[in-house]
Amino acid sequence: MIYLELFWSFFQIGLFSIGGGYAAMPLIQRQAVDVHPWLTMTQFTDIMTIAEMTPGPIAINSATFVGIRVAGLSGAVIATLGCVFPSCVIVLTLAYAYYHFRGLALVQGILSGLRPAVVAMIASAGLSIVFMAFFGQRSLPAELANIDVIAVGIFIACLFCLRKWKLHPIAVMAGAGAAGLILYSLF
Amino acid sequence: MDHPRSKYWKLFISTFQLSACTFGGGFVIIPLMRKKFVDELHWIEEQEMLDLTAIAQSSPGAIAVNASILVGYRVGGPLGALITVLGTVLPPLVIISLVSLCYTAVRDSVIVSMVMAGMLAGVGAVICDVVLNMLKGLTKQKRLLPLAVLVLSFAAVRFWDVNIIVIILVCGMIGAADTLLRMKKGGGEA
Repeated sequence: MIYLELFWSFFQIGLFSIGGGYAAMPLIQRQAVDVHPWLTMTQFTDIMTIAEMTPGPIAINSATFVGIRVAGLSGAVIATLGCVFPSCVIVLTLAYAYYHFRGLALVQGILSGLRPAVVAMIASAGLSIVFMAFFGQRSLPAELANIDVIAVGIFIACLFCLRKWKLHPIAVMAGAGAAGLILYSLF
Repeated sequence: MDHPRSKYWKLFISTFQLSACTFGGGFVIIPLMRKKFVDELHWIEEQEMLDLTAIAQSSPGAIAVNASILVGYRVGGPLGALITVLGTVLPPLVIISLVSLCYTAVRDSVIVSMVMAGMLAGVGAVICDVVLNMLKGLTKQKRLLPLAVLVLSFAAVRFWDVNIIVIILVCGMIGAADTLLRMKKGGGEA
C-alpha cells in the first residue's frame, strides 16, 4: 500500500527532525533514496535545490515532491499529512501546557531563561542567511574579496526601508527579489 | 476580533500569506508572524511570541508549521490550529505540485536564481531588523543574566555546534534557578 508507506515515511521525518530544515535533509535522503526507491540521488539534490528556491519548509516541499512523483496529487497530500501529523500532536500538547501553566512563577522563570537563547538562535540563523547572500556560504569565508556587492547593496537598502520607514517585511522581500532580477541582469 | 468566522478566515489568510513568503528556512516566518500577529493584529504579546518561538524551535517538525500551530491554538483553540496548519501547508503544496511538472526548467532558470539571490539579501535584512528589535527588548530589563545567556547561547549555536535541545534545556534550568534564588531572597517581583 503505497499511501501507507508514504505516510509512514514522512511521519518519521516529521517526528525526528528537530531544529528546522537542515536537520530534516539527511532524514529525507534516508527515507526517499535509501529505504525506498522513490528518488535517485540526483533527484534528491534537485529537490533540495528547489526547496531552497521556493517558499515553505523543506520537509513539506520534499513531501509534496516525492508524493506527487510516487502516487500523484493524492500521494502529495498524504505525504504532507504524514509530515505535519507528529507536529500537530506534540505542539498542541505543549501549547495546552504552556497556556495552562505559564502563570506559575517557576514556569515564568524557565521561560525568561529561554527568551535570550531564542534571540541568539534567530540571530545566528540570520547571520547564516546574510553570509549566504554575501558570500554563497553559511559562515564567514577566509577571504572577503569574493563579496557579492549587489547583495550587500540590496541588504543595506532593505534594512533602511525596514528600520527607517517601517515598511512591511513582505513588501521589502518582494522589492529585494525585483531588485535582484534587475541588478543581476544589468551587471 | 468581531465575528468568530471572520477571525478564522483572517487566521487562514494570514498564515497562507506568511507561508507563501517564507524563503530561506523556517526562521524567516518568526519575524513575519511577529509583525502580523503582534504589531498589526495585536492578538499575541511580545514576550509570548518569544515563548512560542522557543516551543516551536524545540519541538520536532518544521518550525513554520509548529509556530503556526501555536498561533492558531492561541487565537482560536484546536480548530484555529487546524486552520493555521492548513494555511501554512497549502502554499508549498500547490507551488511544489506545479514546479514538479517542470522542475528541471525551474532548477536551471537564470531568472529564478537572480530573483532568489535578491530575496536572500532581503530575508537577511528582515531577520536583522527583528533581532535588533528583540535585543532592544532584552536590554530594557537592565539585568546582566539575560545578556550573558544571550552571548553564551549565540556562541554555543554558532561556534561550538551545541545541539539546540541542550541549549534550550540548560537555559531553561538557568532561568528556573535564577527565579528560585530571587524568590528566596524575597525580591517578590519574580
